[in-house]
Amino acid sequence: MAQHPEIPLSVSSPVTKNPWQALRQLTSARIALGRAGTSLPTQAQLEFQLAHAAARDAVHQSLAIELLAKQIRALGLPLLQLHSAASDRQSYLQRPDLGRQLDAASAQQLEHYAQQHTNQNYDLALVIADGLSALAVERHALPVLKLIQERCGSEGWSLSPIALVEQGRVAIADDIGQRLKARMSVILLGERPGLSSPDSLGLYFTYNPQIGCTDAQRNCISNIRQDGLSYPLTVHRLLGLIREADRRQCSGVTLKDDTQLPQLSTSGHHKNFLLP
Amino acid sequence: MSGYTQTLAGQRWHFKDLKEVMAKASPLRSGDQLAGIAAQTDVERVAAQMTLAELPLNTFLHQALIPYEQDEVTRLILDTHNAAAFAPVSHLTVGDFRNWLLCEQADEASLKALASGLTPEMVAAVSKLMRVQDLVLVAQKIRVVTQFRNTLGLRGHLATRLQPNHPTDDPAGIAASLLDGLLYGNGDAVIGINPATDNPSAIRDLLDMLDAIRQRYQIPTQSCVLTHITTTLQAIEQGAPVDLVFQSIAGTEAANASFGVNLALLQEGYEAGLSLKRGTLGQNLMYFETGQGSALSANAHHGLDQQSCEARAYAVARQFKPLLVNSVVGFIGPEYLYNGKQIIRAGLEDHFCAKLLGVPMGCDICYTNHAEADQDDMDTLLTLLGTAGVNFIMGVPGADDIMLNYQSTSFHDALYLRQLLGLAPAPEFADWLAQQEILQQQGQRLTLSQSLPKLFAPALNH
Repeated sequence: MAQHPEIPLSVSSPVTKNPWQALRQLTSARIALGRAGTSLPTQAQLEFQLAHAAARDAVHQSLAIELLAKQIRALGLPLLQLHSAASDRQSYLQRPDLGRQLDAASAQQLEHYAQQHTNQNYDLALVIADGLSALAVERHALPVLKLIQERCGSEGWSLSPIALVEQGRVAIADDIGQRLKARMSVILLGERPGLSSPDSLGLYFTYNPQIGCTDAQRNCISNIRQDGLSYPLTVHRLLGLIREADRRQCSGVTLKDDTQLPQLSTSGHHKNFLLP
Repeated sequence: MSGYTQTLAGQRWHFKDLKEVMAKASPLRSGDQLAGIAAQTDVERVAAQMTLAELPLNTFLHQALIPYEQDEVTRLILDTHNAAAFAPVSHLTVGDFRNWLLCEQADEASLKALASGLTPEMVAAVSKLMRVQDLVLVAQKIRVVTQFRNTLGLRGHLATRLQPNHPTDDPAGIAASLLDGLLYGNGDAVIGINPATDNPSAIRDLLDMLDAIRQRYQIPTQSCVLTHITTTLQAIEQGAPVDLVFQSIAGTEAANASFGVNLALLQEGYEAGLSLKRGTLGQNLMYFETGQGSALSANAHHGLDQQSCEARAYAVARQFKPLLVNSVVGFIGPEYLYNGKQIIRAGLEDHFCAKLLGVPMGCDICYTNHAEADQDDMDTLLTLLGTAGVNFIMGVPGADDIMLNYQSTSFHDALYLRQLLGLAPAPEFADWLAQQEILQQQGQRLTLSQSLPKLFAPALNH
């Protein structure tokens, strides 16, 4: 192919790279992306689009419920498969009120179960719901559940059957906890997917779960995933919350977790290079 | 029969009260549908808009949408209303107020003088009759200028909040994003971190770090750690270097209570901030965030539509002479603003209403991954708000906030608006960028440094 005589053989790239790319080791934030003019270069642009597509898929992917149910039963835990009043994803996304309550069949199933087990007193109702990321639940719910099972076993706390809920939001654990007459509830569910974290799991803890509890009565442990909060630290913090809630007979904003946060926030921190 | 009626093509529409007229006149959004107060059909919506257009503007001075006795925000709005400032438009209907705003006599000076005569309900009402181009055209007439260590809101300028969040507040991770932002010319509105925890000692560490960086590199801007106002008050008591006092606010007393605040507490925070006398050019030091849907989400909306609730939050904001206010428009999710179309309209309404009320409005142009929105929608809102004269936008590395898990605007996005519309950073900050050979801007021509600016070379090379 003929070369245009005025164009040198090695044309420099139209992208201006940033000389501070080494800083990318310090954060997963999208820094030092370079620029085309002052705009985002093609490669960074396409990487963003890919991440957004993956996060969108995570929102709309449905939970592989049978597989998870099988895995939970394999842990030797009884299981209740439930569904919220939100019939599908569309309704789930637009009607948070429906995602917070059980559908009629599930409510009946739970009532029936409770009637057959009237002598059971549960310390902890355990709920797993798809939330906004089925991917998060598929990746992280089982290992966290396993650790909770072990630790609660050694503390002598009794666990309810695992309630596995489709199209569920956080407050559905109030409904379930109340019907099972559990002293406390824990729900694991997929958080809203971030671009760089489509699989982040959240945990919410409520003392004396009742329909109508507000978010101020819950404690949240979030960002449970590979590059976020580890499973052992998650369960360590949960046990701290349970003990403190047990002692003070409440959960939520009044339960400050002053003791555990410094441990979390300073672990593995790097020195700030901008300061001496 | 009480209430309001409108007959269209032989069909009679009835609205039982002013609140219902306002809700049904609102352009469609999922939050009003969720609350069960949205118009059922498009024709019903227009019937409500026609009803609203015929109402005298002063209706809102006589009929409180949320009762005076029940709500301190209503009391604030009515008790601080400036009748003299209202006089030029007091004879108009809502419909004619729209006409008036679009005419020449509504200019920068007359709109500035009018601000304290307007109530949030009046501006919310007129916005419901406006198209996107009206919201842009009227808002761009208005400038709300504020100062702390630099000057924000001047015509021909656009500022950015540099938002270097990190999921575990790692100092080096924050510093990396912060430096990236500065080198892309961002950070004049504020360098503001959303902390991963509200642990008081961690907050103190972040405040100390941001202040040390600002002083070491002599950056003419202000810093903020966006934590609850009670935590900031505690930090101030302990001698922490607090520039801006942050709080999320909403438009009803009950919604503010769900945030753990009230007017007295905001006043206490404001006074504590003032007592530090840290502003060099001015003492605007409050930073508020708002967003449509927050009142409904706290079940604290009193049956009022989400856009009217939002506008009422600006009355709360202006009471404390803030440096910065922004709606975090798409953060709340699709239950309240379902898709790009709803987010775009809401962002423009929020900016318009706040500016008419004299509030220094910016916008967190953003969306979550469960909303039906994408980068094209954000570019549309960004471009529209740029032309509407928005005070500031966010600067997040690559538009991806790795702590809050949502997409906002990037450092590059700000440069796009600068280039497209010739909008410069705050003058003091622009001078610093030029002196440090980071960014030189002449109109629409931007020159960014190819190499590492001298100021930061030592930090990166050791």
